[in-house]
Amino acid sequence: MQAARQYPQRADGKAALIELQRAVKVYGGGAASVRALDGIDFAIQAGEFVAIMGPSGSGKSTAMNVLGCLDTLTAGRYLFQGVDVGNLARNQRALLRRHFIGFVFQGFNLLARTTALENVELPLVYRGMPARERRRRAADALGRVGLSGREAHTPAELSGGQQQRVAIARAIVTAPDVLLADEPTGNLDTGTSREIMKLVTSLNRDQGITVIMVTHERDIATYAPRIVSFLDGRIASDVRNRDAA
Amino acid sequence: MLWRAIRLALQAIRRNALRSFLTVLGIVIGVGAVIAMVTIGHGTTERVTSDLQKLGSNLLIVRPGQSAMRGPGAAGAEADPFKERDLQALRQQLYEVRAVAPVASRAVTAVFGNENWNTRVTGTDNAFLAVQDWNLVAGRRFLDSELRAGRAVCIIGATVRQELFGRRDPIGERIRLRKIPCEVIGLLEAKGETSFGTDQDDTVLLPLRAFHRRIAGDTDIATIMVSAADTADTAKVQADIERLLRERRHISPGEDDDFYVRDMKQVITMMAGTTSVMTGLLGAVAAVSLLVGGIGIMNIMLVSVTERTREIGIRLAVGALERQVLLQFLVEAVVLSLFGGTVGIVLGLGLAGAAVELLDIPFVFDPAIVVIAFVFSAAVGVIFGFVPARRAARLDPIEALRHE
Ligand SMILES: Nc1ncnc2c1ncn2[C@@H]1O[C@H](COP(=O)(O)OP(=O)(O)OP(=O)(O)O)[C@@H](O)[C@H]1O
Ligand SMILES: [Mg+2]
Repeated sequence: MQAARQYPQRADGKAALIELQRAVKVYGGGAASVRALDGIDFAIQAGEFVAIMGPSGSGKSTAMNVLGCLDTLTAGRYLFQGVDVGNLARNQRALLRRHFIGFVFQGFNLLARTTALENVELPLVYRGMPARERRRRAADALGRVGLSGREAHTPAELSGGQQQRVAIARAIVTAPDVLLADEPTGNLDTGTSREIMKLVTSLNRDQGITVIMVTHERDIATYAPRIVSFLDGRIASDVRNRDAA
Repeated sequence: MLWRAIRLALQAIRRNALRSFLTVLGIVIGVGAVIAMVTIGHGTTERVTSDLQKLGSNLLIVRPGQSAMRGPGAAGAEADPFKERDLQALRQQLYEVRAVAPVASRAVTAVFGNENWNTRVTGTDNAFLAVQDWNLVAGRRFLDSELRAGRAVCIIGATVRQELFGRRDPIGERIRLRKIPCEVIGLLEAKGETSFGTDQDDTVLLPLRAFHRRIAGDTDIATIMVSAADTADTAKVQADIERLLRERRHISPGEDDDFYVRDMKQVITMMAGTTSVMTGLLGAVAAVSLLVGGIGIMNIMLVSVTERTREIGIRLAVGALERQVLLQFLVEAVVLSLFGGTVGIVLGLGLAGAAVELLDIPFVFDPAIVVIAFVFSAAVGVIFGFVPARRAARLDPIEALRHE
C-alpha cells in the first residue's frame, strides 16, 4: 500500500456524491473552544469505498456526523449530490438521512429494552413499509451480520460485538446509497471483523453502495481502495490503496 | 400516520412498562381522590340540608333569653319564660301564620307493665303536629276538651312504642309517666334520626296543661314554634313576633330583646354553609393529592427525559421527521392519561359509593369535578410527557444523542 496520487476533488465535470469545502466545526466558545474540523476539503464519488484513519480526537467522528447530516458545520460547506446541506431545513435533512444514508454509530445507539429485530426495523418504519415486509428484511439483515437467532434479544442481552452488528444491520437494512460506519469493527474479534469487512466490501462492489468507514486498524483500512488520514482536524494524507482486497 | 404513531406509542408504553405504570398510578390517585372526596362532601351537604328542610323551612323558633348562637353565658334563665297568655296573643295577633305551637319538655321514665324507658315528654297541642308536618299512623289527635281540661292522654313516638309495647298495639293502653297514669291515644309516624344523631321518635306528647300540672309543676313554655304560611315572608313574620313580644314584655326602645326568634331558613343556610366549608376542605385535600399525583407524573417524565432524549435522537437519526416523533410522544402521553383518568374515575366513584353506603348519605354525582380532575391529570401527563419531547425533537440528532 502506497500513496498513488493526490485524489482529485472532482473526477470529472459532474458533482461528487459527497463534498466538503473548507469544513470547520468548532465546539464550545471562547478559550475552551475546540476546532474539531479545521478546514477539511475532500470529495467522494458515488461507488467509492473510503477508509478514514487518524489518532483519537483528530475529528473523524465529527466529520462522519456532518456527512451523515446528523450535525451541521460551523463554517464551510457540505454538498450532498451537489446540494448544500447547510441550506436545508431540518425536515429535509431528516429525509436525506431516511432515503440515502445508513449510519453506524461509534457508540451503537440502539433503543434500550427493544429487541434486535425491532431496532433493525426502525428505519423501515419511517419509510412506511408494511410490517410483514419490514420484519422479513430486518431478519435478513440480522442474518447477514451473523445474528440469526438473536432477533428477540434486547441490547442488554447482547455482547458489545453483537450490539455493534445490530447497529450495522440497522444501517444496511434500507440498502442506503451511502453507508457511513464509525469504527464498525471496534468491538469485534479478528474473525468476526473479517466477516463484517467481507459484507461491507460486497455491499460496495455488488450493490454499488458508497462506503465511508472510520477505523483505527490498518488491517481493516486496507480493505478500502482509498485511505484518508486525519490529524488535528485536517487531512494529513489521502492515498490510493492498490492492495485493496 | 396517526395509526403508525399509535402503534409506536403503544410499543413504547409496553416497552417501558414500569414508567408507564407509575405515570398511570399518579393520575389514578389524583383523579380518584378528588372524585371520592368531593362526592362524599356533596353527599354530606345534601343530607344535612334535606334533614333541616324536613324540619320545615317556614319554621320560626321563639325562645326567652339571648340566642345561644351569641355564645354561652347568655341569660336564658334570667329572662321570663313564656306563658300561655303569650301563646294566645301570638295566635290571635299574627297574620300569615299556619300554626303556633307551645313546647315544654322534661326527661321522664315511661313505664308499661314491666317495661320502662327513659324518654322526653313534651307538653304541647295539636299545632305541634302541624308545625312539624308530623302525621299519626294510628289513633287520634288531642280533643279540644282534653286540651282544655289537661287530661292525661298521650301520643307516643315510634321508639317509645317499640320499647314499651314491642309489636303490640299501644292505642288505649295506659302507661305511667312519673307515676301518673296516662292513656295512649295516638302513635306518631316514624321520622328516624336527625343528621346530628338525635332520635326524633323517642318522644311522648302530652296536652300542655296536663304537662304543666302533672309533670313540670309550673306554667312555663320553653319554646314557641311558629310555622309561617307558605306564601308568607318569614322575615316579616319574625318582625311581627318581635314587635309583639317586646310590647308584651315591656321592653323599651333601645333595650335589647330578652328573647330571640330564629328563622330555620337561616339555620339551614348556615348549616349548609358549614358543610360546604367541609366539602371545600375535602376538596382541598383532594386537590393536594391531585397535585402530588401530578408531581409524581412530572418526576417520572423528567427522570426519563435523558433516556427519551436519546431515543428521540436515534429516531431522528434513522430518518424520523420532527412531527412524527412528536405525534408519537403526544399519543403516548394522551393514551396514558386517558387510561389513568378512566381508571381513576371508576376507582373514585367506587370509593365514594362505598363511603356513601357506610355514612348513609346520598350519592351526589358531580360531572364538573370529574371533568376537572380528568382534564387536570391529562394536562399534567401531556405537558410533562410532551414538552420535554418537543424540546428534544428540535435538537440536531447528534445533540439529542449526546444528552446527559
Ligand atoms: N460535543 C463536543 N463538545 C466539545 N468538544 C467535542 C465534542 N465532540 C467532540 N469534541 C472534541 O472534538 C475533537 C474531535 O472529536 P472526535 O470525536 O471527532 O474525534 P475522533 O477522531 O472520532 O476520535 P476517536 O478516534 O477517539 O473516536 C476532540 O478533541 C473532542 O474532544
Ligand atoms: Mg470517534
